[in-house]
This record gives sequence, structure tokens and C-alpha cells, in this order.
Amino acid sequence: MASSPSSDISKKLCLDESLWANCGQWIKNARLSAAKRVEGQGLPKRRDEYWNYTRPDAFLKEKIDFDVVSNKSFDIFSNNLSTVIDYEDGVLKEKKLPVIPGCSIESLQDAAKLDEHWAGAVYGVPEAAGQDPVKRSLAALNTATASQGLLLLVSGKVKNPIKISAVSNGSIDSTIHHIVKVKPGAEVTLIETGHYGARANVVLEVEVEKDGSFHHIRVQDGQQHNSLTHIFGRLGSNSTFKSFTLSVGGTVTRNECILELLGDSSSATVAGACIGDDKFHHDDTIFVTHGAPNCESRQVFKKVLRDGAVGVFQGKILVKEGAQKTDGYQISQSLLLDDTCQFLAKPELEIYADDVVCSHGSTSGAIDEEALFYLRSRGVPKTKAIDLLTLSFIAESIEEVENSELADALLMYLTAVLEVR
Amino acid sequence: MLEIKNLHVQLEEEDKKILKGVNLSLEAGKVHAIMGPNGSGKSTLSYVLSGKKGYEVTAGSAHLEGNDLLAMAPEERAAAGLFLAFQYPVEIPGVGNMTFLRSAVNSQQKLRGEPEMTAGDFLKAVRAKAQNLKIEPDMLKRPVNVGFSGGEKKRNEILQMAMLQPKMCILDETDSGLDVDAMKLVSQGVNALRDKKRTFLVITHYQRLLDHIKPDIVHIMAAGKIIKSGGPELALEVEKNGYADLLEETA
Repeated sequence: MASSPSSDISKKLCLDESLWANCGQWIKNARLSAAKRVEGQGLPKRRDEYWNYTRPDAFLKEKIDFDVVSNKSFDIFSNNLSTVIDYEDGVLKEKKLPVIPGCSIESLQDAAKLDEHWAGAVYGVPEAAGQDPVKRSLAALNTATASQGLLLLVSGKVKNPIKISAVSNGSIDSTIHHIVKVKPGAEVTLIETGHYGARANVVLEVEVEKDGSFHHIRVQDGQQHNSLTHIFGRLGSNSTFKSFTLSVGGTVTRNECILELLGDSSSATVAGACIGDDKFHHDDTIFVTHGAPNCESRQVFKKVLRDGAVGVFQGKILVKEGAQKTDGYQISQSLLLDDTCQFLAKPELEIYADDVVCSHGSTSGAIDEEALFYLRSRGVPKTKAIDLLTLSFIAESIEEVENSELADALLMYLTAVLEVR
Repeated sequence: MLEIKNLHVQLEEEDKKILKGVNLSLEAGKVHAIMGPNGSGKSTLSYVLSGKKGYEVTAGSAHLEGNDLLAMAPEERAAAGLFLAFQYPVEIPGVGNMTFLRSAVNSQQKLRGEPEMTAGDFLKAVRAKAQNLKIEPDMLKRPVNVGFSGGEKKRNEILQMAMLQPKMCILDETDSGLDVDAMKLVSQGVNALRDKKRTFLVITHYQRLLDHIKPDIVHIMAAGKIIKSGGPELALEVEKNGYADLLEETA
């Protein structure tokens, strides 16, 4: 049987010589087993249950026939004291990475040269675990082929956020794989802004150990580009994981987040908001597994769509047997600014424990006429009033960001984005 | 200031006539009150004047200082000097009260082609006016009307009025949901804005608000028409005898 063109792509990528030359054993092992996962599972097809609403083509096509333009007009978080690491066209720009207390920062390409590394116990591990029960072959392909990424080993409470600022212009196809390991009691905030390429396949693997805490804030902007991101998180007891993504650019974006609450009393929040027009297609696919008792998880998503844009939300809470006293919450809402756009939502709950609280809700609505009239009656012009109400709609998801300075920066950024829309 | 002539209004969605020929002439510097039983069309009149959707004007006109109100968008009416204090002020989560006030003030100045107020002047003005209305600084930071008590919401309406400095203020059942103290506070706020160039139209069910905001002229509205106009004593008459007598009188 002739193999499909897309499996050729994955094979070709996995066999790329540069991935194996001058590389240490740990990364070779990780790439090899990931390549096997890709081969065994095959790449996503439209008829796969979780690719029903988003065509995988954008991420499978061999060639990229468009350019991306970086959005430099809004420099978000520039006032927030942070350690900044730049990526340009999917490649780490810094020759020397910052040295900060409580966290070691290394590049994947440097670590890959060593035969042994702590990352060997993390790289590809949450991703491999996250392949069951839903296959995520493009994440495995990322593990097998990524040569760029950061490895953060967090051992203390890191005061200032670490910010990755990515810019890219042209038709770069980039594969990025970051790893974060938060040691017991340690704490870090990771910010990601911009986009890594005209097409990007980004994996972020996070292990949060006992009492640790990981905060992630991401802003996806820039002109047309296709981004596929996966966050794989595994939480130890009494740990905290919070991720918020604001998407204000891009063409096809699929953000997957796969979290496993493995330790007692851990808490996870995944939230996001997006605004888009026209060919904007934005997909959040979330899978939260409660594998221990007394854990809490929240999913809060808001999508503002206009002029034919499409929003997708596939959110699942799986409560395993024995995960008693689980508190699971999920809300996905869309604000449809005209009747040409679509919001496709698939909330799922699967519960095998009998003493749990899980709730989910999903709504689609237009601008509230009563509120619009109220604002206009005060002299606010219609377009500005719609912007304010859009901000109001999204604000609830930004409230999930714990750091109020960063939350304020997000609101200000959003205000600026809306003004030029 | 405001001239309403033979105003006929019906609901857009259904064939229901609400205003059946309202005539009102409000002079600058005067406080007019409209009283009337439930369903007489008082609130509809305030909505039609401020440009709410859902109403169809089938006849008549409304002019503010000679400008055709009915031809303007709600924001243009506001910039022309019209202000409606809502019976039920709307909650807007996620938008700070201050941000909202600032955009309202700036938008109106922009629409009128006036220079924008500086951030410093604006802040100073808001703080002073908020203090007069016993509005805590915290209320200015909170999202618009979210978690405000009934009294706080109404004081917030008056704060907006004080900041926007409209020429023509319509108060739609501002007394509803207020206890005596809150009503006094709101009334003081309104009275502080009384001015020989500013006109008020106070819509209410009850006389008690008019004890605090003393009207020059009182109109009684019933079944979509002004059925009687008079001095402040008319309000007292209604308080004493209800609307029934008046309705019979004009029937």
C-alpha cells in the first residue's frame, strides 16, 4: 500500500540527519521513541473525532505558500519587569541565556549535545502520556523533530516573569519544544508573546512537583499564520497550574492543553480569549484528567468572532475512579458580532467517581442591546461601545490571571488592539 | 429647550400604540415632572427621546434647541446635550467605572469638536463630584454598576450626569429602589445641577421624590397622552386622591 504524502513528510522530518549528528543519547532516545509514536499512530485526518471542526491540512501541507508579518505595534508587558528571551524566525536569538536566581535556563540545542541531562526525564514524557486516550500525533512529531526550545529547571520562587518574545517575518516553518520542571515548592511565571513562524508547531511540557506553582501567559498575535500548540502539564500534590492565552492574530490556530492532576489537592486553570475576523479559525482543545482526590480544575474560554470567523472549543473533564471531591468547572462562550460567524463547542464530562462536583456551560450570543444603548446614551459611539462590551465579555477570562499587573497589561493591550481594529 | 409635538409612538415588533399624541414644551432652567399610572407611556417617552431601539415614531416631532432629536443616533443626542438617568442602570462587568466615564466624556467632546479633557483635570473633576455624592473612590475603580446597591447605581447615574453636564436631563423613575436616605442624596445631587440653562424632566410614580426635587410644572400622563398640567400642587393632589379622579375628569 502506498503511503500517504503526509506520512512521507513525517518520515522525512524524523530522519533529518541534523537531528542525529552531534547529539547526545538522551535526546536521541526521546526522538526515536517519539518518531515511533508518529509512525504507529499516523497523522491526524479530518475524520478523527477531534479534528472534525478544524481541518488538519494547515499543519500537514508540505509547503507554506504565504508570508507572516510580525506585529510590532503593541509591545505588551514591556513595562513589566521580566527576563526576556528572544526568538526570531523560530530560532533562539540570544547567544548567552540569562542567569537568574531560582531557575536555570538552557537551550534545547545546547542540552542536546550532552549524553545525559535532567531533561531526559521530562522531554517527550508528558507528551507520550498525553497520547492516551486521544492521539496527538503532531505533538509527537514535534518531540521527534524539534531542535529549538528552552529548558527551565525551577528550584526557587522566581520573582520576575520569564518572557519569550517571538517574532517572524516571511514563510518560516518552525518547530519549538519548551520544557519546564518546577521543583517542590518552587514558582515561576512564563510569558510567551508573538509567533514563531508563518507556521509553528509548539509544544510546552510542564511538570509541577509538590507545592510548586506554574503560571503561563501567552499572547498570540501577528498577521496570517497557522499555529498548532500543545501544552502538556502534569501536576503533583498541592501544586498550581495556570495558563491563559490571548489570541488576536493568526489564521488557523489550534491550542491544545492536556493536563493531568496526579497529586492530591492540586489545582489547574486553563483560560483563553480570542478575537478574530474573516479567515480566523481558532480552536481550543482541552483535556483535563483528574487522577487524584480533592483537586480543582477550571476552563474558561471566550471567543469574539466577526465577519465569517470560526471558533471551536472542545473541552473535556475526565474524572478517574478514586478522584473523589473533584471540583471541575468549564465554561465556553462566544460573542458573535454578526451572523456570518460560527462557534462550535463540544463540552465533555466523563466521570468515574461518585463524590464530585462538575459543571459545564456554553453560550453563544450577540452584543447586549440594553448595554449598547446604555453606553451610546452616554455619548459613546456605537463602534467604541461595541469595543467596550467586547472588552467586558473577555474580561472575565482575564480575571483568571492571578498577577493583577499582568492582567491589567493584558486589558490595556486588548484595548489598544480593539482601537485599531 | 425641548419641544415635543404630537408624538405618536408604537412598538416596532407588535402593533401596539403607546404614545398617542404627546405635546410638551420644556423651557430652559425649569424642572418638569411627569406623573402617571403604570403603563401610561412615561418610560417609553424617555426611551424614544434618547433613541432606544424597538420603537417606531409614527407621527410628531421632538426638537432639542431646534435640533431634530429623532433623526440622531443615541450618541449624537447625548453630545447635543440630552441625558437619560436610567431606571435600571446596566451592569458592565470588566469595564471600570472610571474608564467608562472617561470614554463618555471624551466621546462627547470629540463629537462636539471640543478639545479632550486632560487625564489630570478629568480625575480631579471626578473625585470632587464623587465626593459630593458620597461615592467612595473604590466605586470608581469597580466595574460599571457591578455589585452596586440600588442606591449606588442611582448615585452613579447622577455622577455621570454631573460629569457630562447635559442641558436636558431626563430622570426615569430615579426614586425606584431607593430608601429615604438614598433618595435625599440623589436629590441633592440633582438639585446641585439645577441651573438656569439646564432643564429637567423628572418621571415618577410618586410625589415623594418631588418633595426633594421641587418641580416648576407637573404633568399627568395617562394612556399615552398628557391629560393635565399644572403647578406643584397637582402632584399633591395625585398623592392624596390617586389617579382615578383625574382619569375620570378627562374621560
